[in-house]
Amino acid sequence: MISIDIEKKLKAYKGQHVLQIKQQFATGSITKIYGPSGAGKTTLLKTIAGFTEPERGKIIVNDAVWFDTETKVNLPPQNRMAGFVFQDYALFPNMTVQEHLAYATTDTEWIKRLLAIGKLGPFTTHKPEYLSGGQQQRLAILRALAIKPKLLLMDEPFSALDPDNKSALIEELKIIFRELGVTVLIVTHNPRELDGLTDLEIIVQ
Amino acid sequence: MDLTPIYLTLKLAAITTLLLLVIGLPVAWWLSRGRSFFKIALEAIITMPLVLPPSVLGFYLLLAFSPQHGIGLWLQKTFDVQFVFSFKGLVLASIIYSMPFMIGPIKSALQQLPASLSQASYSLGKSRWQTFIKVLLPNIKPSLLTAIVLTFAHTLGEFGVVLMIGGNIPGVTRVASIAVYDSVEQMDYHTANVYSLVLFAITFVLVIAVFIFNKYQLKSPLE
Repeated sequence: MISIDIEKKLKAYKGQHVLQIKQQFATGSITKIYGPSGAGKTTLLKTIAGFTEPERGKIIVNDAVWFDTETKVNLPPQNRMAGFVFQDYALFPNMTVQEHLAYATTDTEWIKRLLAIGKLGPFTTHKPEYLSGGQQQRLAILRALAIKPKLLLMDEPFSALDPDNKSALIEELKIIFRELGVTVLIVTHNPRELDGLTDLEIIVQ
Repeated sequence: MDLTPIYLTLKLAAITTLLLLVIGLPVAWWLSRGRSFFKIALEAIITMPLVLPPSVLGFYLLLAFSPQHGIGLWLQKTFDVQFVFSFKGLVLASIIYSMPFMIGPIKSALQQLPASLSQASYSLGKSRWQTFIKVLLPNIKPSLLTAIVLTFAHTLGEFGVVLMIGGNIPGVTRVASIAVYDSVEQMDYHTANVYSLVLFAITFVLVIAVFIFNKYQLKSPLE
């Protein structure tokens, strides 16, 4: 079970507004998060991952306290190890596809499987600048999965994929998610996207 | 013709660049992360040699490290080290004088990298050190090379600051730029010309090498 109860101030064009989220997510569930631009969807994911700090609240993941303002617990991102798929992919320009995955894990069998899922086998020696947008996005997803996270945070993870690649990848990801027992939070700008994949949806206003 | 000034200059530039690389990398990384008054003040101090007359910097270093008083006296008594009128003094002065040329480009390059690169690495369980070595540093290679070459070339051309703290001791502190000045004073234009040409050639080759390397990296060396 993942329990999130946070308050985080967000800077906006006209002053500030407060992102307030109080939600529980069952272990292994897949949740779709959507809402208008600037509502704080990405900030919510970054707060959970530990990249930014909320003003108040508590984040508990599988009985482990990741963040608590009362007891002053604030685990660094390295200790949370939440898989994170960035909206801008955040691929490392100096690393090839293979090096990206090898940087995350030493499990070569797992790397082979991930490459097959992402259909990136023929591109293992390619650096991100020589991959298409869709391939880059798939690599970003594979890299996040490489650490076999217990919590996976995905920020617009399928936006650059064509419909065929997207549905094929989603089918594969469903199997992987089940196998790993990972809890997944997916931010999307399109409420109809991911229908059939997710168990729960929340709207960030 | 005495080539010792050229040798001393190259030795000074190499040692200064190496030491500044070791000092500059962590300082540039630290300065690139967030802002505080202390960081701004430190950055201003590091940048001062860019705008301060070298003789002013040399004068204060001469005062600070004079073995008659203050830090200089303490260093002399405690460690038997004397910076004034010694090669060690030239290295110290060069480190201070060339520091902005090493730290500036590295800091700017680190600041231009998206924060998500570090965050992606942290989310994979990597420490700050691993992230710096494996992710950040390889992605600022052109700027790193620019910083190294600028520092080396700038040290080759130092004059005022090294003259103030080192004087003009043949074989010890008489670097090429001082030898040029000395030769001109003695109306020996031929020797001055040879030293000048060697300095010019070395600097030109270095700078053009950076431009060529960075062209292949598809980035301006001054980025």
